[in-house]
Amino acid sequence: MSLSQIETETAGVDAAAAPVAPQPGMVGRSPGRLAWARLRANRTAMVSGWIMVFFVVLGLAAPLVELVYGISPFEQFQDKIANNSLPLGYLGGVSGEHWFGLEPQLGRDIFIRLVYGLRTSLFIAVSAALLTTGLGIVLGIVAGYLGGWIDAVISWVIDFALALPFLIFALAIMPTVTARFYGPRDEIPVPFRIGVMIFLFALFGWTGTARLVRGQVISLREREFVEAARASGAGLFHILFRQLLPNLWAPILVSFSLAVPGYITGEAALSFLGIGVVDPTPDFGVMINKSLSYAQTDPAYLIFPGVVIFLLVLAFNLFGDGLRDALDPKSSR
Amino acid sequence: MTHDAASPPYLQVDDLRVRFNTADGEVRAVDGVSFGLHRGRTLGIVGESGSGKSVTSLAVMGLHDPARTRITGGISLGGRQLVGLSDGDMRKLRGRDVAMIFQDPLSALHPFYTVGRQLVEAYRTHHPDASKAQARQRALDMLDRVGIPQPDRRLHQYPHEFSGGMRQRVMIAMSLMNDPALLIADEPTTALDVTVQAQILDLLADLQREFHSAIILITHDLGVVSQVADEVLVMYGGRAVEHGTVAQVMRGPQHPYTWGLLASIPSLHGDPEVELKPIKGNPPSLINVPTGCAFHPRCAYAMKPEPCAAQVPQLLAVQADGHRVACHLPEPERIRIYTDEIAHVGVAQ
Amino acid sequence: MTQPLLKVRGLTKHFAVRQGATGAKSAVRAVDGLDFDVHAGETLGLVGESGCGKTTTGRMLVRLLEPTAGSIEFQGRDITKLGRRAMRPLRQDLQIIFQDPYSSLNPRHTVGKIVAMPLEVNGVNPPGGVKARVQELLELVGLNPEHYNRFPHEFSGGQRQRIGIARALALRPKLIVADEPVSALDVSIQAQVVNLLRELQRELDLAFVFIAHDLAIVRHFSRRVAVMYLGKVVEIGDRADIYERPRHPYTKALLSAVPDVAAFGEPRQRIRLTGDVPTPLNPPSGCRFRTRCWKAQDVCATEEPPLLVREGSGQEVACHFPEPVGVGAEHVSEVAA
Repeated sequence: MSLSQIETETAGVDAAAAPVAPQPGMVGRSPGRLAWARLRANRTAMVSGWIMVFFVVLGLAAPLVELVYGISPFEQFQDKIANNSLPLGYLGGVSGEHWFGLEPQLGRDIFIRLVYGLRTSLFIAVSAALLTTGLGIVLGIVAGYLGGWIDAVISWVIDFALALPFLIFALAIMPTVTARFYGPRDEIPVPFRIGVMIFLFALFGWTGTARLVRGQVISLREREFVEAARASGAGLFHILFRQLLPNLWAPILVSFSLAVPGYITGEAALSFLGIGVVDPTPDFGVMINKSLSYAQTDPAYLIFPGVVIFLLVLAFNLFGDGLRDALDPKSSR
Repeated sequence: MTHDAASPPYLQVDDLRVRFNTADGEVRAVDGVSFGLHRGRTLGIVGESGSGKSVTSLAVMGLHDPARTRITGGISLGGRQLVGLSDGDMRKLRGRDVAMIFQDPLSALHPFYTVGRQLVEAYRTHHPDASKAQARQRALDMLDRVGIPQPDRRLHQYPHEFSGGMRQRVMIAMSLMNDPALLIADEPTTALDVTVQAQILDLLADLQREFHSAIILITHDLGVVSQVADEVLVMYGGRAVEHGTVAQVMRGPQHPYTWGLLASIPSLHGDPEVELKPIKGNPPSLINVPTGCAFHPRCAYAMKPEPCAAQVPQLLAVQADGHRVACHLPEPERIRIYTDEIAHVGVAQ
Repeated sequence: MTQPLLKVRGLTKHFAVRQGATGAKSAVRAVDGLDFDVHAGETLGLVGESGCGKTTTGRMLVRLLEPTAGSIEFQGRDITKLGRRAMRPLRQDLQIIFQDPYSSLNPRHTVGKIVAMPLEVNGVNPPGGVKARVQELLELVGLNPEHYNRFPHEFSGGQRQRIGIARALALRPKLIVADEPVSALDVSIQAQVVNLLRELQRELDLAFVFIAHDLAIVRHFSRRVAVMYLGKVVEIGDRADIYERPRHPYTKALLSAVPDVAAFGEPRQRIRLTGDVPTPLNPPSGCRFRTRCWKAQDVCATEEPPLLVREGSGQEVACHFPEPVGVGAEHVSEVAA
């Protein structure tokens, strides 16, 4: 690293480029509309956005798809399963009737189970992301603005939560909580399992958003528009949620859109380990878990859910990145 | 500018144009600026934000990103053409022949290295044969010269340990390490308090006498210019609108924009109750510079639409020697307006 | 004399800081015992260099900062002890204009929302509705009322400052603290905003505390001026006294350091102060200016000079050896160290 004048001069170039930047002029566009225009211009973001929308619509419309497709996710086609419990036909039984083939042994339709699995997965991921984001916003904004001992306590809790190993904690908590409410032979209702999962995600997931929001608020709270509100007699609620919050939407949206794919994989992982959703509820993690035993004999069973979950997570991640570029054009490139 | 009139000026800028490509269109930051500057003279470049004053000086330093900047015209420094010079050649020139002082010395100095180390490095970059001891001696001399007490102790301190005024002195010492013939000071005192500003301006003037360098002083403050500059270049919308000696521009300004600037600053003298005469409107966007004279939408004396809104006025010499003005109004008319309507109000009295 | 609108007595603000590796607590004495009055409809200018406490003072006047000691009486009522609820009606009379036209407007709010904020916060419903009042305010400060729905980034610096002024006027205040309202603006725009403030003062009978480092602007805007140095007022009085007949050496040095276009070509001796302003963490004993003062004697280090009217002129000066009357800054002999 040279510290000659060259270096000091480079610093000056950036400083000098700023006043040259054009004045936006009277174009009548809000910051949100400008970001939207930038997002529109980003091909990757738009393509992944449409894929995302497609998956979400498919998941939401699962009963409708079932109606059109004509097969329920629980229907078993034992007549199409061979004696060695593998589906008849090529590629795990792909046919005009069963688009993605059939499950070995039980002979359930993979396509419709994926559509319903999408529904489960997205429901859990989006609920968890909403909950963690909401929790993160409130705690982050309060910690950042008020500072002092409140900030110290919240920050300590954040550090504490970040230090806990999520997976071990989840493995431990799931059976404990279940045992607290249900006996060993009771049928555990699906909503309860899903609820506990969302709760687990929320318990661990809010820290990221809270940290992000806290940092942003600390840099915003000294701005003069906040002082102007205080000087006019504004209360805490007005300052936090009317003045500060609108300036936080960009990072919050980005962290939300990047949290969803995280929870999709997280949910699949927990279900894979058997502590999330269980059969017969259609779910990615459960399917992949079961398909592993057939990886040699019926690879299609592994490939279809694998590709769907891969595409889903990739689309969400790419869109999240595009959103970040659009909302904060200075962050990259 | 009779000074050294026989010899060519040390710095000669000819029809300089600097353009940037941005997402919103081409920015014409500098649009045909020409001037010359002899050694030992100080040129004050005055203008508001977006006038192109800083961009002009950065072009002289060769500090624009070549990927998105187009520079045309000529910049000759001591007979050497700078436009089109390679990055490596330019780097050899920077610091040695031409040095720069920035508005904010804290961001221009490296925070992790001691002041002494940065000064030594600046010297050895251009004097590879110099020993460390020689460079250190030079650094000590320069710190002492710019008025930093106990330079041998201060040499080992970091930039943040200096006050604003002292930091600017360090920056000046650094720029003088290699004895440059041209010093560009971009708003060197804007961030400083007025008593410290006075110290720094005095220092610059002393150093100029001693080193006989040419100084370009970029500022928005006409008061500063009137005190330390020999010549003034007034810029507006990327073009030079008036150029002359300080006396010519302060006592007999001929461009309506210069009149506006003079009438809009309050003074410590005269009747404080007299209303200031601001220039109406806002400085133009450099993407969408008004047609013709860039100042015509804000000018009270513009002849619209012809020729002010249609033709770009040339920077032409007026009767007074060396005084140049870019205005469509005929010279006698300009002199009449100034003496009848402008001179008696505000500071110009 | 009538009751002053604002009566400040012994106003003090110390910021606690931890210093060095040991973390020993000490105090930055940002403002250290200010006394001044502001009458209805008049402007008091506060001038001084960075670190003199002028901005802290302004923040305390509108209760953005809590004073460490002292009182701020507004219309005869001490506002330093009032809670938020009790403060509310007074907030409407006491507003502030900020320096930075960029950070003082919420970038995610429309102009209409920004200007209406004080009305919303205080639950004021003006006759004719909030929108009509906001548009009236925009017109008052010279903006197009049609721009109600635009966002701050669509405006230039000068226009943004006008939006900030409209917001300060929304509750029809009696006193406005203007903290460096024009120093971030271009020269040609500064005059526009100064003229606007003067016009508003005449029309609305506003009192101002005008905080600035630019002595010429303060002179142009304020009838009375207080010069501050390191948290203290060193000289306060009528504009003419302060600018034509300064008696505190610091005022004199400050005035002579201003590069003034009007003084171009006039040969004059400048008083050059040496060094920088000392840190308020550990201000000099006695008179705080003594470390840079060319007249300092032993007494200056031991005894703090009181702020008093001295014989021969009207202003109050805090100096053991005030400058003689009738000697302008221009005529004083060279006194550089």
